[in-house]
Amino acid sequence: MSSENLNLTLKIWRQKSPTSVGSFEEFKVSVSPDASILEMLDELNNDLEREGKIPVAFESDCREGICGTCGLVINGHPHGKIPKIATCQLHMRNFKNGETIYIEPFRAKAFPVIKDLIVDRSGMDKVLQAGGFISVNTGGVPDANEIPISKDVASHAMDAAECIGCGACVAACKNASAMLFVGAKVSQYSFLPQGQPERFQRVQSMVAKMDEMGFGSCTNTYACEAECPKGISVINIARMNKDFISAKIKSELTEV
Amino acid sequence: MIKLNSNVPEGNIAEKWTNHKFNMKLVNPANKRKFDIIVVGTGLAGASAAASLAELGYNVQSFTYHDSGRRAHSIAAQGGINAAKNYQNDGDSVYRLFYDTVKGGDFRSREANVYRLAEVSNNIIDQCVAQGVPFAREYGGLLDNRSFGGAQVSRTFYARGQTGQQLLLGAISALNRQIGKGQVKLYTRREMLELVVIDGHAKGIVCRNLVTGEIEKYSAQAVVLATGGYSNVFFLSTNAMNSNATAAWRAHKKGAAFANPCYTQIHPTCLPLHGENQSKLPLMSESLRNDGRIWVPKKKGETRKANDIPEDERDYYLERKYPSFGNLSPRDISSRSAKEVCDEGRGVGGSEAVYLDFAEAIGRLGKKVIEERYGNLFDMYQTITGENPYEVPMKIYPAPHYTMGGLWVDYNLQSTIPGLFVLGEANFSDHGANRLGASALMQGLADGYFVAPYTVGNYLASEKPAKVDTDHVEFGNAVKTVDDKVQKLLSIHGKHTVDEIHKKLGRIMWNKVGMARNEKGLNEAINEIKELREDFWKNLNVVGEYKDLNQTLERAGRVADYLELGELMAVDALDRNESCGGHFREEYQTEEGEALRNDNEYSYVAAWEFQEVGKWQLHKEHLEFENVKLATRSYK
Ligand SMILES: Cc1cc2nc3c(=O)[nH]c(=O)nc-3n(C[C@H](O)[C@H](O)[C@H](O)COP(=O)(O)OP(=O)(O)OC[C@H]3O[C@@H](n4cnc5c(N)ncnc54)[C@H](O)[C@@H]3O)c2cc1C
Repeated sequence: MSSENLNLTLKIWRQKSPTSVGSFEEFKVSVSPDASILEMLDELNNDLEREGKIPVAFESDCREGICGTCGLVINGHPHGKIPKIATCQLHMRNFKNGETIYIEPFRAKAFPVIKDLIVDRSGMDKVLQAGGFISVNTGGVPDANEIPISKDVASHAMDAAECIGCGACVAACKNASAMLFVGAKVSQYSFLPQGQPERFQRVQSMVAKMDEMGFGSCTNTYACEAECPKGISVINIARMNKDFISAKIKSELTEV
Repeated sequence: MIKLNSNVPEGNIAEKWTNHKFNMKLVNPANKRKFDIIVVGTGLAGASAAASLAELGYNVQSFTYHDSGRRAHSIAAQGGINAAKNYQNDGDSVYRLFYDTVKGGDFRSREANVYRLAEVSNNIIDQCVAQGVPFAREYGGLLDNRSFGGAQVSRTFYARGQTGQQLLLGAISALNRQIGKGQVKLYTRREMLELVVIDGHAKGIVCRNLVTGEIEKYSAQAVVLATGGYSNVFFLSTNAMNSNATAAWRAHKKGAAFANPCYTQIHPTCLPLHGENQSKLPLMSESLRNDGRIWVPKKKGETRKANDIPEDERDYYLERKYPSFGNLSPRDISSRSAKEVCDEGRGVGGSEAVYLDFAEAIGRLGKKVIEERYGNLFDMYQTITGENPYEVPMKIYPAPHYTMGGLWVDYNLQSTIPGLFVLGEANFSDHGANRLGASALMQGLADGYFVAPYTVGNYLASEKPAKVDTDHVEFGNAVKTVDDKVQKLLSIHGKHTVDEIHKKLGRIMWNKVGMARNEKGLNEAINEIKELREDFWKNLNVVGEYKDLNQTLERAGRVADYLELGELMAVDALDRNESCGGHFREEYQTEEGEALRNDNEYSYVAAWEFQEVGKWQLHKEHLEFENVKLATRSYK
């Protein structure tokens, strides 16, 4: 696999704490084209540690593109320019020798920087805690094959459920909207028979929480879909809007 | 001194769990809210346990070092989850799943636990579907299944190549619902660094807040650890970067026996190593072995490209050696066979890699079907390696993946410390010396949804443990232990980085406590680990501050524990003078090179009691096989 190392200039965002002012720091590195961008940062950090300097704080975990922990803005794109991968899956063979790479944290009002490249994305979880579930307790549920679900429906639900909750959609959006993230969860449940009983109440609770957490509104630029590492479709936003409007009409009708 | 009592209930194996559930004490609904329970970990085991306990009315405090519960390592499981539904009408049953698991584990697991696992497996699938987990379905709308290694029935449920993700999101949704209701308080970015034991009972934990660096105390009447496995002791493994042994290890040092530490699973289908800076070995799901054929060139030092090597010059070694299971032979056997052919010099390009080839399957089923089945795995392979697996065979090699060993627990999943329960990969309970594919997800969810909610309740009802204030002197002592350790790590100012030492440890473990072990190598490993441990405490360099987000410090603490655990793994491997499952001692093999068990002397769980660093006392739990007859495993 491997060929010659690449010599690169990195401009990495450094910020000591949520309240301090950040800036770009420059580093020169030489890296194997087979390494991932996070492995390049690992190496850089080991070099810094050897010099007694503070390494660059960044998060990652599975390094297989599924846990949603990593998320860097690389040359202006959340998770880099290559479509449908997470940061950890971006390999250095996609860069040219001599290139300068800008590495920044996700930027959004709802995602304050904690340190360097690490941001606080807990707002997304709060939205899920407000309604992103089907209310069943453990035990006492019907046999799994009791309710047949057509292959197509299950597959559509799965398309939506593939979201890894990384927040790239929020970071890509000029309004820092979380509509793609929330829309995907709402759609997953709206497709499935199990999700029907709470369908309209769910969408209202989640949307209300989303607004409360400081996520912006959607103005249909579709930047979210373009940057989503799982290619979650903006159709999910339309589905959520439809459910939201139906929910509003229903709740107005039942108000007496 | 520790006394092991498995507390397996009396009676026929099929009735033990039912009877036990009836005999256990219950906490009256109004009293449940008087009990506080700590659950460390939000993987499948932890999230399902925390949610289920909270649904019952207990106050749950849930902890994870991640920024969100959903990031737990369980999210990365790909292939699927087993259950004995017999939806395919192919002869599956609770008994067969039980039998396959005991046999797959090479007769080194506790029968009663395994039976219960098989028994509740069906409830898990029902539960997940009710939560909205979008499992794969057939055209008629019913659930689809696939096959996995070590089984001749199709009992694996899956959600594309992201089964772990979907199951975890299901469990996390249940947890989120309880957080929303205020029944669970979730603490993220907290790392448990001490267990607090008062009068012999688990009463709380001490954590480091990973953002502020503050040391925090939490008290409860029972503590549940669901903190995952320890494959990262090898540095390179399929596990997530942060998966670690610290919670389990610190509990071990407080009195929880550690069982079968040497049983590690080396997964046969991972990506081979490409360079020194590599941080992990990504897994290619075992489900690929349903359609992919594994081979190496017959000739040593073959230089032609895969597609240029004619059929009759290829050795499909698993199909040749194990005709009835072929490419679906259990993991330990498949991994060892790969090592053998590479040791013979027949690995791809002379390196440590074998081919996993889909040409035949694509010819038979068409590219579209293969894409539907494995599309995302193929994409992942191409992203990482830059090669297209639809056109050239994948290259794979075994890598550390799962640890069957873990904290010893009885039938109630309680450790040797009363009030401390251990679930999921962190315990040793169900897989014996080798875990079958798609059974870890099953076990994690079985423990969390269907076992712990009963057994923890039974402990609370029968012991009525008192609440302890975090001002108690033992909390103070635990904080001091943590504080001393952190201060010490920060004050060494040596020259080695944490990763350098971790990589060195990984190499010792891989070479001498890996796929094949022998007495000489194990003795060397023990000495080398001791030396490395000394080097660590003398020459380590941890930069950064205590009261700050400091990832180097986090890793240093974990590696310090690996340097103790690694030694115990070697000690245990040395004690076990037999080969079984994932533990292969070169001295003990048949003429054909198969594992040679010694049932007379080693039919026991090795439970190690910590005495001081580098010193343990062995306790043996004898294993009885009353239902599955002890036999030599054969997959021929
Ligand atoms: C790549 C891969 C694929 C796999 N595929 C399959 C599969 O297809 N089928 C199958 O059955 N199994 C599979 N497995 C195995 C399976 O995923 C794991 O065994 C299982 O998910 C472990 O679940 P768990 O809940 O025990 O622990 P984990 O999911 O590892 O969760 C551990 C939790 O504990 C927390 N934690 C740990 N230590 C601390 C601490 N000190 N303080 C605070 N929190 C802590 C973590 O934050 C995390 O939340 C796979 C494993 C890997 C690596």
